[in-house]
Amino acid sequence: MTSGTADFEALLREALAPIDPPADLAHRLELTLVNLTELAQEELESWELSTMRDPRNWVRPAAAAVVGTTAGTALVLLRVRARHRARRAGSGNLLQLAERTLQDIAEETRRVLPDR
Amino acid sequence: MGDSEAAKKKAELDARFTELYRAHLRDVYSYSYYRVGNHHDAEDLTEQTFLQAYRHFERAMRESNGRPLRPWLIRIAHNLAANFYRDRSRKPEAAIEDADVISSVHTTESLVEGREELQSILEGVAQLPDDRREALIMRFALGMDNREIARALGRTDGATKVLLHRAIRQLEGIVATPEETQA
Repeated sequence: MTSGTADFEALLREALAPIDPPADLAHRLELTLVNLTELAQEELESWELSTMRDPRNWVRPAAAAVVGTTAGTALVLLRVRARHRARRAGSGNLLQLAERTLQDIAEETRRVLPDR
Repeated sequence: MGDSEAAKKKAELDARFTELYRAHLRDVYSYSYYRVGNHHDAEDLTEQTFLQAYRHFERAMRESNGRPLRPWLIRIAHNLAANFYRDRSRKPEAAIEDADVISSVHTTESLVEGREELQSILEGVAQLPDDRREALIMRFALGMDNREIARALGRTDGATKVLLHRAIRQLEGIVATPEETQA
């Protein structure tokens, strides 16, 4: 390596110095990851569809599925919403439709959050 | 596998992912920033990269055979950046969004004096073809070696060495004659 090349590479290294991420990004990401790895897991593990016939029980699992505003959970909701629209016409009653939607949330969440 | 065993395995995997995240957040952010040219999109890209990585982490661990996962992580950012440009039908911004970035990163007096030269290098980097620009970012911003860059770009070690060499030569030419190449 010539000294000219070495000098140029040194300048290049200075020009492309690493950039620290903004503190709020690190904070937000950590929070999202913690939510994904802990909160959703706890909620979803205790989620038993047999209790879902009572609409009063729908809030907590739904909250687990949408925990955080992440792309992963957004993906769950987008997919579920798309299926919900397609399925609405075929469902006999509102309770049946709601139960199927909850089952979809569970399936999609397991896909987005593997091994849960 | 029992529930407690599965939970333990998952906890270990999450702990490994946390290590990966802490070790390489700055790498992913630096790559994203130099790739897209502004902080706002770099934050989005960084966030998406780690979420995508989390989804596929178990498989990556299984298939890595103990090799470092940084190239895999950067490859995710690379693919997401490509989608980002395709979706928005636009190219990277020609120069870094604000000149203050340079002064905030390089704080010594001598470097501030050389600021113009560093700025012209950054502008030159932005003019390079995508693969050459990415190779330079990985080498000089992230300090990746040829093998890591090769894995991140899906190339052979030899092809990566040639790519880096040509990128530096082309950039030297651009910086030496900016008015001709920028016209």
